[in-house]
Amino acid sequence: MKRIHRIITPALLALGVCATSGAAAANITGAGATFPYPVYAKWAEAYKAKTGAAVNYQSIGSGGGIKQIKAKTVDFGASDAPLTLADLDKAGLVQFPAVMGGVVPVVNVQGVKPGAMKLTGEVLADIYLGKIKKWNDPAISKLNPDMKLPDVAITVVNRSDGSGTTFIFTNYLSKVSKEWKDKVGNEKSVSWPAATGTGGKGNEGVASFVQRLGGAIGYVEYAYAKQNKMAYALLKNRDGHFVAPDDKSFQAAAAGADWKNAPGFYEILTNEPGKDSWPITGATFILMHKSQANVANAKEVLKFFDWAYKEGNKMAVDLNYVPMPDAVVALIRTEWKDKLKDTSGKPIW
Amino acid sequence: MGAVHHTPVAPQGASFQPGMSHSIPESRLKRQRWYDLAFRNTTRLFASLVLVLLSGILVTLIVGSWPAIKAFGPEFLISTEWNPVTKKFGGLVPVFGTLTTSFIALLIGIPVSFGIATFLTELSPLWLRRPIGTAIELLAAIPSIIYGMWGLFIFAPIFAEHIQPWMIDHLGPIWLIGPLFKGAPQGIGILSAGIILAIMVIPFIASVMRDVFEVVPPMLKESAYAVGATTWEVVWNVVLPYTKIGVVGGILLGLGRALGETMAVTFVIGNAHRVGTSLFSPGNSIASALANEFTEADGVLYTSALVELGLILFLITFIVLALSKILLYQLAKREGTLT
Repeated sequence: MKRIHRIITPALLALGVCATSGAAAANITGAGATFPYPVYAKWAEAYKAKTGAAVNYQSIGSGGGIKQIKAKTVDFGASDAPLTLADLDKAGLVQFPAVMGGVVPVVNVQGVKPGAMKLTGEVLADIYLGKIKKWNDPAISKLNPDMKLPDVAITVVNRSDGSGTTFIFTNYLSKVSKEWKDKVGNEKSVSWPAATGTGGKGNEGVASFVQRLGGAIGYVEYAYAKQNKMAYALLKNRDGHFVAPDDKSFQAAAAGADWKNAPGFYEILTNEPGKDSWPITGATFILMHKSQANVANAKEVLKFFDWAYKEGNKMAVDLNYVPMPDAVVALIRTEWKDKLKDTSGKPIW
Repeated sequence: MGAVHHTPVAPQGASFQPGMSHSIPESRLKRQRWYDLAFRNTTRLFASLVLVLLSGILVTLIVGSWPAIKAFGPEFLISTEWNPVTKKFGGLVPVFGTLTTSFIALLIGIPVSFGIATFLTELSPLWLRRPIGTAIELLAAIPSIIYGMWGLFIFAPIFAEHIQPWMIDHLGPIWLIGPLFKGAPQGIGILSAGIILAIMVIPFIASVMRDVFEVVPPMLKESAYAVGATTWEVVWNVVLPYTKIGVVGGILLGLGRALGETMAVTFVIGNAHRVGTSLFSPGNSIASALANEFTEADGVLYTSALVELGLILFLITFIVLALSKILLYQLAKREGTLT
């Protein structure tokens, strides 16, 4: 027994030393949305290389992120769907957008190339409602008079997992179709009405179903459509122009949005005005407590995002995200100054 | 700690070696008694840990699903609605999907596994037994996500292009079972999930069956062969009755995997909250609904509806286990070994 003690005690001591030395390093943690995870991870890596401060982000999902920040187990939470001002105030939270992305309808119809098919929001909603069942439906051929559309049934593909992508997509459909709004609604996962509906897990699941099933239509984040060279469709925006999804049209949507009059940055960038605006754009959000007990960590979080707005744009674009426009970033910094306080009421930023 | 006074095992054990018994000092005996006691209590603690864990999981599931149980009541079991927007949830679609896919898996898996085990123990030349046996064990060790990806990217296209059209043409017109094989050949759906599950449970069932078939005393088999029985008769009338508990155990192991399988099913089942009449139509299973929706589920009711699905899966597994125990008990009683 004594011999065992002789082995175990130093081992325990060594463990204890490891644990304390690990806790000593400066470290901020965040948790939440999966959609922005690649860019947050990239930013964190570059930020650590530059400043030595570690940002540990866990992509556990928006719902989990909101729960964690409410329970104060993390320094910041992240959510794809914005919280309403009422919800924010109830929980004592502040939110601000970090980065944007676009959602793109993709089709698999024989002979249709990327960017060739034109669709409107109403037609897209009717397809997802199951009202338009075939590709040669007059509603589609009217928009594409030069295209020879086959007499093939439409297979509707949706995300099977709850996701911010679905939130943005159904938000758009709710804005352009009253029937969609009444029957289905706007959530991170919904009860899909179309009888042919099939669910794929994640963007990659939807992308692979659409590529494999003839006559399929789906919606994916822009990056996936681009990487997989999928046949994305052009959409008619609010101003009546058909636009293609790219960085410019996403930026145009963000610029067209009226952030100034959006309390708590509750702004979903779908169906925004502007002749170049891509109609299914959305931002992903960061959540923090208004009153901060741990000022050092809160400051570190703000420093990280401040750096990301300044230096992280290229990294975001490389990963097919869209950086926030400068005008919006200025508004965000003002919000930090106005809302984030330490326990004595002094502003942190 | 009342067990101290009836532990005279050590001195008795020592007295089996007459030359040694007087040379063991009292202090050493005492120490051994103490070790014995500690050992017994440690094992008892570990064993009771299983019960604590099981009841802990059950209690957590019930507590977690309580808001949904209160809100929907027994209707949860018969409602097909699953609407996160209106917060109306019913579990029939995933429960149906879990049961159907597992049933298909066993329907295919049991005969195939039986064939494999019979071949390996009765018919195969000796040199072939080891490679096939190892191959089966390797199949059992493949992670389920690999099966899922293989199912989605390799199996589903082949199934959709070559097998489903044939099924639609040849099985579709048959009375009664025809409607099961109608609809668009997408390659994914309830049937595909069932087939992938069958491939996944075969190694489990087959290796257990092989192991128990191997322990049948050769004398029994040889006696049967000696009176002129065919291989089939030996397997059916000697091997199976002798090994039935092990065989049922193997099937249960497979069923357990099929009921709870998550990733592979999620990839190929189609993830649609609908009950279709056709086996080709996409559906959902409890495990894949949980895997899909738990991370982004917000709101108490949504989360607790998902936890209630987990509770139902727990109960289904429990019922299956209990039924099989009853079945074995009845079998034993009929044979007169139990009264």
